[in-house]
Amino acid sequence: MADKKHERQTAKEALLRKTARGASKAKAGPAPKAKSKAKPKPAPKTTPAPKAWKSASGPLSSPRSRNLPKVLVTGIAGRLGRLLAKKLHRIAEVHGVDRRPFEGCPKDIVMHHIDLRKKRCEDLFRLTGYQAVFHLGVIHDPRRSAEEHHSFNLRGTMKILEYCNKYNVPKVVLLSTANIYGPSHTNPFFLTEDAPLLAGEKFPDIRDLIELDMLAQSFFWKHAETETVILRPTHILGSHVRQGLARYLRLKIIPKVMGFDPMIQVIHEEDLVDAIIMAMRPGVRGIFNLAGPSVVPFSEVIRGVGRPTVPVPQSMAKMILSLLWDLKLTDFRAPQVDYARFICTVDTARAREILGFTPRRSIRETLKSMRNS
Amino acid sequence: MSSLKALQKTLREFLEIPLDEKFKNELKALPTRLNEFGYDEFGFSPDWIKYALLPIVTLYKHYFRAECYGIDNIPEGRVLLISNHSGQIPIDGMMIGAGVFLEGDPPRVVRSMVERWASSLPFVSTFFTRVGQILGTPENARALLEREEALLVFPEGTRGINKLFWDRYKLVDFGLGFMRLALETKTPIVPISVIGAEEQAPSVGNLKTLAKLLGMPAVPLLPQLLVPVAGWLPLPVKYRIYFGEPMYFEGDENDEDIAIEAKVNEVRQRIQEMITYGLKNRRHVFW
Repeated sequence: MADKKHERQTAKEALLRKTARGASKAKAGPAPKAKSKAKPKPAPKTTPAPKAWKSASGPLSSPRSRNLPKVLVTGIAGRLGRLLAKKLHRIAEVHGVDRRPFEGCPKDIVMHHIDLRKKRCEDLFRLTGYQAVFHLGVIHDPRRSAEEHHSFNLRGTMKILEYCNKYNVPKVVLLSTANIYGPSHTNPFFLTEDAPLLAGEKFPDIRDLIELDMLAQSFFWKHAETETVILRPTHILGSHVRQGLARYLRLKIIPKVMGFDPMIQVIHEEDLVDAIIMAMRPGVRGIFNLAGPSVVPFSEVIRGVGRPTVPVPQSMAKMILSLLWDLKLTDFRAPQVDYARFICTVDTARAREILGFTPRRSIRETLKSMRNS
Repeated sequence: MSSLKALQKTLREFLEIPLDEKFKNELKALPTRLNEFGYDEFGFSPDWIKYALLPIVTLYKHYFRAECYGIDNIPEGRVLLISNHSGQIPIDGMMIGAGVFLEGDPPRVVRSMVERWASSLPFVSTFFTRVGQILGTPENARALLEREEALLVFPEGTRGINKLFWDRYKLVDFGLGFMRLALETKTPIVPISVIGAEEQAPSVGNLKTLAKLLGMPAVPLLPQLLVPVAGWLPLPVKYRIYFGEPMYFEGDENDEDIAIEAKVNEVRQRIQEMITYGLKNRRHVFW
């Protein structure tokens, strides 16, 4: 057993050596040029990413290879994936996996148009020794069938985790969400990472995301040799993202539930990307709630984007919404109304203390970026 | 539309009347940390207090003619205010809050813990949140005390507030949660007795089955409701609120119930003594 593993490892190293010199040059085309140009620069000062990486780098950028660490980003063509890729490719050799095309892809990113569930995905791991895997390849599109959600999100994640273990990837970062705690009037104000994930109680369609989180958690416990980081950001806002609250705030007329104004947390997409990159630092592991700098009332968020609103009585809100859903006039599910009624606010102390994450965009800035897009 | 705006403006001006300049400045200087939108992390907003204040000040000063004794006993920083609970509707909490806010120096916002049921109601839940009252869970209580707030707890809970008339001023059993909390967060306890609230709405029974059916904590039988309009208000009793000297406890918060109970009984004893003293020294229920 041990022999086999050893064999596999040496084979992998040999492969790695090969790919490091020849293959990447041949495959990536003009990429090395761009890289060699970028390298002498001491890293751009505007982004916090290189700094985080530098303090973190240590064993990853060993003098032997003098190469940037290789990382894999799944779901790279998604809105968040692109943002991450654009920051990450300056400090790492980014490989991307997505079924969708990635227009405007930076030239030094190696794109693979592969379905995560397919066997070819494993080849990527076999051929390239990744130093970190960022798993953002999760579909949120509410109109896709439950089966597809389940299959893509869970099978995909399962495969990725399996490969991470098989090919000894030292770090895997998974993007979950704080919405899986579930909004409830009995929630305490600051849900810690230990809080139970109860959103499925009222909102069956979110169950695959809960299961995904659980999957990652069990991987975390089973495989200590891989540093597993699970990020649970609150509502993500910004000029790019288009899911959940961001989609709601882009409606031409925003329906509001009468009489309810829960405190909510939002996080700017760029801040989230910073946090994802920070999670790459060796030694960081576990679950982290992520949120913007302050907790604000739902009404202030709506006011911040400056769109007209229409009040809806709570007794009718769910009924109207499920009717509209059936008529295909809305992409929101009835149980999502609860996110506008009850709190689901999280404690971010762990992210602050262990991850070292402090959001840099104020809530006003975040809301302004929504208004402009 | 313009007439509505005008009405809103007059109403707003009217609401500002009971607040003089000094008071407004004190309001601004409240030691609660607010974010750029003027809310604290729990959703409390001093702007809302201003609007909530007119009815509360009216009730406090003119309707119940409340009197506070020993308000200086409240120490600075984190503190647990432990009080008896009575009167069918939680006006006693409101009056304690008004007392500490209006007569305390500097004014402090008393945070109290709201029933689960109330926090699921539209408008009511929002209002409670905005004036600084939050859902009663141990996590929330801990978070508030860690932020050096004054927290009001009624350890009798709903059993206390829905006492029948012939059980008035007899304390029911106290919950132990507050003592564990005090030990854990090293918070001083200020015992409080409220005299008068028991007589504001005498109850002769409690329809428990109906309450369960409606998802409400209790449905008290109040004879005064038979009197139209006037009977629907609480009786204009006189409130007397006594603040005792702070009590400091030490020990392990995970101790066995018996050990915690002994400490809880000390507090209960003190409150019972203060009630007896208050009852002996009051001139009349209504004045």
